[in-house]
Amino acid sequence: MNTVNRRIYLYSRYERFWHWSQALLVILMMITGFEVHGSYKLLGFGNAVNLHTVSAWLLLTLWAFTIFWQFTTDEWRQYIPSLKKVDAMVRYYAFGIFRNAPNPFHKTAAKKHNPLQRLAYLALLSMVSPVIWGSGLFYLFYSSWKGLGVDAWLSLEAVAFVHTAGAFMMLVFFIAHVYLTTTGHTPTAHIKTMVTGWEEVD
Amino acid sequence: MLSRLKFILPLMAAGALLAAPTAFAVPAAPAAATAPQLETIIKPKASTADHSKFKELNRNFRTGPQVTEACLICHTEAAKQVQHTKHWTWESTDPKTGQVRGKKNIINNYCTSPVSNEKDCMACHAGYGWKDDNFDFKVEKNVDCLICHDQTGTYRKLPGDAGHPVYKRVEFPKGSGKFVEPADLKKVAQSIGMPSRSNCGSCHFFGAGGNGAKHGDLDASLQHPGKYLDVHMDEKGLNFTCTTCHATSSHEVSGSRYNVAAAVKGPAHIRGKQDESPAACQSCHSDKPHHEAMLNQHTEKLACQTCHIPEYARNEVGTEASWDWSQATIMGPDGKPMVSKDSAGRRKFDSKKGTWVWDSYVIPEYRWYNGVSTYKVIGDKIDPSKTVQINEVGGSPNDPDSRIWPTKVHRGKQPYDKVNNYLTVQHTAGEDHTALWHNFDWQKAIGAGMKAAKLPYSGEYGFVDTEMTWPITHMVAPKHDALSCEQCHSKQGRLQGIAGVYLPSRDSNRWLDMAGWTLVLLSLIGVLIHGGLRIYTGKNKGQHK
Ligand code: HEM
Repeated sequence: MNTVNRRIYLYSRYERFWHWSQALLVILMMITGFEVHGSYKLLGFGNAVNLHTVSAWLLLTLWAFTIFWQFTTDEWRQYIPSLKKVDAMVRYYAFGIFRNAPNPFHKTAAKKHNPLQRLAYLALLSMVSPVIWGSGLFYLFYSSWKGLGVDAWLSLEAVAFVHTAGAFMMLVFFIAHVYLTTTGHTPTAHIKTMVTGWEEVD
Repeated sequence: MLSRLKFILPLMAAGALLAAPTAFAVPAAPAAATAPQLETIIKPKASTADHSKFKELNRNFRTGPQVTEACLICHTEAAKQVQHTKHWTWESTDPKTGQVRGKKNIINNYCTSPVSNEKDCMACHAGYGWKDDNFDFKVEKNVDCLICHDQTGTYRKLPGDAGHPVYKRVEFPKGSGKFVEPADLKKVAQSIGMPSRSNCGSCHFFGAGGNGAKHGDLDASLQHPGKYLDVHMDEKGLNFTCTTCHATSSHEVSGSRYNVAAAVKGPAHIRGKQDESPAACQSCHSDKPHHEAMLNQHTEKLACQTCHIPEYARNEVGTEASWDWSQATIMGPDGKPMVSKDSAGRRKFDSKKGTWVWDSYVIPEYRWYNGVSTYKVIGDKIDPSKTVQINEVGGSPNDPDSRIWPTKVHRGKQPYDKVNNYLTVQHTAGEDHTALWHNFDWQKAIGAGMKAAKLPYSGEYGFVDTEMTWPITHMVAPKHDALSCEQCHSKQGRLQGIAGVYLPSRDSNRWLDMAGWTLVLLSLIGVLIHGGLRIYTGKNKGQHK
């Protein structure tokens, strides 16, 4: 423990707010969504539907602001994928991490995410989210289908199928994501960073 | 890239601005048409005419028809009007299928058919003297005004008198030691008023010959109901009478199970407007009665009754779930006719009629229904290897005029002609030697009944399983007693057997679930192994950092 620790400010206040409120909402949506789906009984169907709906609108609003923020701060560039060093990251998680090898990636304010993370987040943004959002919005506006003629070519069953598929992907992402937060130099290091905004780098 | 960004950015911002206010679109109340507070509108009915002041009625009437003649002096068109209604003809033609049904033509699942039993059954006919098929339906003085308009509560018609009221003190039921006094017809005529609950109820509460027996959503407890039993008729609340909903013009009473308005659409109606279905819920409540859009969208698939009548026969009166005629003519141990009752005092067995099973607080059976029922009429062929459907309710999930309805399904066993394969008509009531209830001989009773119905009888009878389906519409519960979401939105819910709708929580794709949960499980296992290995290898190398 004799290395000189440098601290860098990685996550701005808005970013942390956005991250944690999104986390909360997504967890809530998973809990309520799978109850609506019939996987278990917890809050009661009616409550689950109401909470799910309210969370959907909150998440939508949060996203609107966040997209705005991403582009005004140029932070969206954090998600531009690159294949450089992806193999190194894969090797690190597959072998190096067990041998105490150094993490090949070094976080900087300009590059917050390692190449594997970038790919994962990009996949989340470009695949899982659209699937959930697209189907979720159709689900939400089911009562307007008739007026818009949507009922002629779309069934609720299909929408629910796509939405549930998205929900499973989200859950898998969530499991992996939460686990990977423990892979910092201490198990809670990443979490702390996301709370305080400061990352210790060696 | 940057030029693209310039394009995307304002788009996103505009999207965000558009999206934010829509957040309020869902919870915000649409112009929900809740029913007007009727208690403030409906005043005690005060007629402009006091019938006790009319000299035409200040007479000692001896018979019902004499009273009717007096009524017709002023109400010149009344009898003709009544003669056009089901209350008089006991016949109805389906406007959609053209089928001629009605009590006169069908064989129902209770007392079966009035044919050959008119003297008894016509106690509930709005007329006098229908004792066989020679009854003249054109005679105006035979219309019974009093059964619907008497306000003394003393006017009674008993089985056996072909629709005439009690003229002489009589023991009823026979051998019971209880007597029915004749009504003072002058007082009755002078009491005239609009039909009250007891007028309608004197027949409709006692269908099938017992309180609550037939309908399940109509029984004598609706004379003085509390809010729990019926939110509209609640005596201390809205205090509706039957005719508040069953708005009537020219003696034509609206709302009938023979022609149900199963899927009424659009806003609430204005009373007095030409109206196809004034008795339907929607005529006051509209088809979008809730504040939540999500609930309103249910009206595209569900009848109001489905959620708002969570159970029928919500009292100890109960209703008959089944009637097994095959047990009739079985005698007691002493060889004599026998009767027995259940613990609630409801008829359970009678050597004359067979066995009954009663039920209270009954969960309805749900069916797609478009308002059209097709009935078995006398002489229609049946397939005795299957349960005979006395009526088949039409409707399907894809029909825009069908809704999921709560129904009472009444099950039975009835005699049928084993050679000709139709339900038989039997002569049950009466004092003659062919009457089932007098002589306990099926062969003779069916022979006489079939003769009266002018239907060939092979001489061989058997018993067949039957079902009759009744849409449930009365005894609407207060809103807090309506079904909760979970009662349908769950795996073993009320609508388990209803096909053609995707019901979240009940339905899901099995393969997707299997794949999804497998994937979730695999990632959990993967993460656990990875984490376990990290801990294990970390320990081996001693504490690092
Ligand atoms: C992490 C995010 C989400 C998850 C895990 C999730 C999960 C689920 C699941 C499993 C169901 C049950 C589907 C069924 O079996 O029919 C469901 C229902 C539903 N979801 Fe989502 N969902 C999410 C986000 C969203 C979003 C963003 C929207 C809206 C834009 C949305 C709108 C709906 C709607 C309208 C329903 C139908 C039940 C209701 O009305 O609440 N969901 N969700």
